Amino acid sequence: MNGIVAELLAGEKRQTGQADMMLEAAGWAASSFALFDRARVDAIVHAAAEAGYAVAGKLAEAAVKETGFGVPAHKKIKNEITTRGLYELYRNEDFCSKRIIPDKKIVELPRPAGVVFALTPSTNPVCTIFFKILLALMTRNAIVISPHPKAQVCSAEAARVMAAAAEKAGAPMGVIQVIDEPSLPLIEHVMKSPRINVILATGGTPMVRSAYSSGNPAIGVGPGNAPVLVDASADLDQAAKRIVESKSFDNSILCTNESVVVAEESIADRLLSAFGRNGAYVAKPEEVATLRELLFGTGSFNIEVLGKSAAEIGQKAGIRVPANAKIILAEIDRIGIDEPLSKEKLCPVLGFVRAPHAEGAITMSRALIRLSGAGHSAAIHSKNPATILKFSAAVKALRVAVNAPCSQGAAGFATHLAPTFTIGTGFFGRSSVGENIEPKHLINWTRIAYNSDPSEAFGDFSGIDPRFPDPVLGRESPMTLGRLQEGAEMVPAAAGDEVAILREEIRRIVLDELRQVLRK
Amino acid sequence: MMDAPKGTKNQQSPAKQEFIEKSKAFWNPNKTQFWQDQNVDLVIDRREGYLLYDMDGRRLIDVHLNGGTYNIGHRHPELIEVLHRGTTRFDMGNHHFPALGRTALAEELAKVCGGGMQYTMYTAGGAEAIDLAIKCARNATQKRKILSIVNAYHGHSGLSVATGADRFSKTFLSDRPDEFFHVPFNDLNAMEDALKAKDFAAVIMETIPATYGFPMPVPGYLTGVKKLCERYDALYIADEVQTGLMRTGEMWGYQRYGIEPDLMVTGKGISGGMYPIACVVATERAAVWLKQDGFAHMSTMGGAELGCLVALKTLEILQRPQIRPIVNYISETMHSGLTEIMKLYSDFFVGIRQCGVVMGLEFDYPEGAKPVMKHLYEHGVWAIFSTLDPRVLQFKPGVLMPNALCEELLERVERAIGLARDECMGSKSRRRKAAE
Repeated sequence: MNGIVAELLAGEKRQTGQADMMLEAAGWAASSFALFDRARVDAIVHAAAEAGYAVAGKLAEAAVKETGFGVPAHKKIKNEITTRGLYELYRNEDFCSKRIIPDKKIVELPRPAGVVFALTPSTNPVCTIFFKILLALMTRNAIVISPHPKAQVCSAEAARVMAAAAEKAGAPMGVIQVIDEPSLPLIEHVMKSPRINVILATGGTPMVRSAYSSGNPAIGVGPGNAPVLVDASADLDQAAKRIVESKSFDNSILCTNESVVVAEESIADRLLSAFGRNGAYVAKPEEVATLRELLFGTGSFNIEVLGKSAAEIGQKAGIRVPANAKIILAEIDRIGIDEPLSKEKLCPVLGFVRAPHAEGAITMSRALIRLSGAGHSAAIHSKNPATILKFSAAVKALRVAVNAPCSQGAAGFATHLAPTFTIGTGFFGRSSVGENIEPKHLINWTRIAYNSDPSEAFGDFSGIDPRFPDPVLGRESPMTLGRLQEGAEMVPAAAGDEVAILREEIRRIVLDELRQVLRK
Repeated sequence: MMDAPKGTKNQQSPAKQEFIEKSKAFWNPNKTQFWQDQNVDLVIDRREGYLLYDMDGRRLIDVHLNGGTYNIGHRHPELIEVLHRGTTRFDMGNHHFPALGRTALAEELAKVCGGGMQYTMYTAGGAEAIDLAIKCARNATQKRKILSIVNAYHGHSGLSVATGADRFSKTFLSDRPDEFFHVPFNDLNAMEDALKAKDFAAVIMETIPATYGFPMPVPGYLTGVKKLCERYDALYIADEVQTGLMRTGEMWGYQRYGIEPDLMVTGKGISGGMYPIACVVATERAAVWLKQDGFAHMSTMGGAELGCLVALKTLEILQRPQIRPIVNYISETMHSGLTEIMKLYSDFFVGIRQCGVVMGLEFDYPEGAKPVMKHLYEHGVWAIFSTLDPRVLQFKPGVLMPNALCEELLERVERAIGLARDECMGSKSRRRKAAE
């Protein structure tokens, strides 16, 4: 096609028109999927999870190659956790069947949201997509994904792998779709569309705010900036080991990673030594200045160091970082707007600040989250429940990992919190959900509530189900013959409305006749 | 918004009454009166998506679509946009010269049709395109006779009207019994008897005959016809005006039935009702005149370049990956919904002819589709009876009809068919409960 015609055809409405068709297909898939029973859903979730698991390593490498963020081996772990791991975790939970509560005379029916619009990040692209897809499938929702443009290729591949497996396992067509060319106007259009039912937004603050102002229900997550308090009662060697493990995991790309260590003065030096023994490089004061310049020289966080290793960062800053160092520790003297290193750092550079006593440490931790990361995560290493309690009640974080690596712990992988790749930041963080996002957040329940008067008996709902016609799957266009038309006499009368019978029956009859005709 | 029975015959606004009188005075007295007699006093004002609004404000779901013209919905925003953009640079164009829009659309149609369908010729409407296809066949075979089915309908122009039922040709003394012949549908024996003498230029088939109420070809019929054409040296012209453009679940109906025609005609929906255009797509053999004498046929408005742009956009929309599942969802939903309704009124509503969203609903009562049409209209649905078999209601949802509208449509259809059934069969006999 020549350029002039191509240009005339390339109006603004092309993109939105394409998106509307995706959403329309997703809407059909969602209304079909909502009628599936648990066994069918389980088979689909399992197939999608296994398909994702099979490409966990391949797509981990693809993600690092495409974005330049993180560590393939760690991304592979995350991809495995969010596929087979997630399936195993929820396999005994039922988000599809009714619940009967006899003593309250209530029956609860799960009602899927419908079409979930998922925004996914460049930092954890594949695992976030796997995670959101499986959550949607477990709860019988359709999902349309808008990946971060920087991770577009690996993201689309991740979604397609799961979509193919889910559809092969019997899911309605279009239940998982991905936008191939995400752009800001397009995302705005979809977020405001009446065709979506909930936005599941993981991304930068502007994106999340935009989701909330779209007019559609949204579950948005904000940035983190986790303080980690280490008090005098802590096992310092263990604490240092866990913090290094967390801060170096996937080069600190999870938003739950520790930002600044707040150490009680009495143990601060010993803690620094423990860090040194456990793979941290403690930067000299002049090196801290260089790091500050490298990370925040332009005013906001330098994307060039996002998800890079300690060695690469050292190289960029002109600091000799030992080859075996997993993180860089930068000691600072204050928390606040006048110390950029007290902001969120999605790279293995960890702030370190001394507090005169535990109370002071709590105040400083509170200040850190006042700077950014409200409603997100915090960690504490302590054997003192009173300190842990005070810290948790004071700091505006909605999850506090205790004696655990925060990256993994706050995200539910080294604690008993719900494992997630989407952290609800609650009212503190201007979000609608304050928990780790899990399947339950994508369904509502219809509650059948009987009169509480004891004279009104509760019905027997066991063993019955609402009977709907078989869900349509979008796989085939029916073809049927009428009963009052030429050729109808070749069709058995009762089969007038049955597609399958016709097709074979008539084909056979007609072919026989045709053969006879041609023989003449 | 306008579900109250406002605007029915008794409550026409003075403006509407006055307008209808004008329509009788200046446009078409008989046809205007016919609709009033049928209690379908529709005067279409606003239109959007699959909804029509009568000039008195009544809302109607459109499942007539003017024969599939509004297949992707009335005033599709992308078509409006491309038409606007087109007018910033193009107009109809000059039909003598190589033209950017015409060639782009021809190239796209060759790709979409496949099977050696290399050339596209343009007209302003479907009937004219049928005439052109017949002329191509006559030129290529150097034979005159054309075979079509009994109760065929391919348009109202000189040659096309002669292919159709007498109903339309005799009024204007335009039947041509010496050149145009008809055989019953779904009857390969009759077809072979007619073709045996090898003196036919072409067989012309609407893949599913619309005006005859969409009787479905029995499996093997169309492939059988194509084989007979090959055996007896006649070309196969596929009239895809109503069955093309994804309505059967494939881009062209003939693809659904596994045949490759020599000539294909598309019209109506190809322009989405935004700019008139129709096309004949042909193999090299069928369009041989284009190589011999390119000036032999021409049309000033045929292939107007604005229409080409709109058609290109229509084809673009209909080739998006989501279209197939959406059409399947709609046609599956209609099938299962209508089957349930048929169970309720099984003595009246007896059959569903369906291929994708091409549907004919059969009512076992003389002219039974007319009362159904009337009650549908009263219940906010516009669907038309089949002129050549009024027991059958043409039921044509669009390929992008939204989920919720499909559900609403089925609710309204159920009520209307129930009332039509009572009107025809008497309300004494009780409606049968759905089989449990």
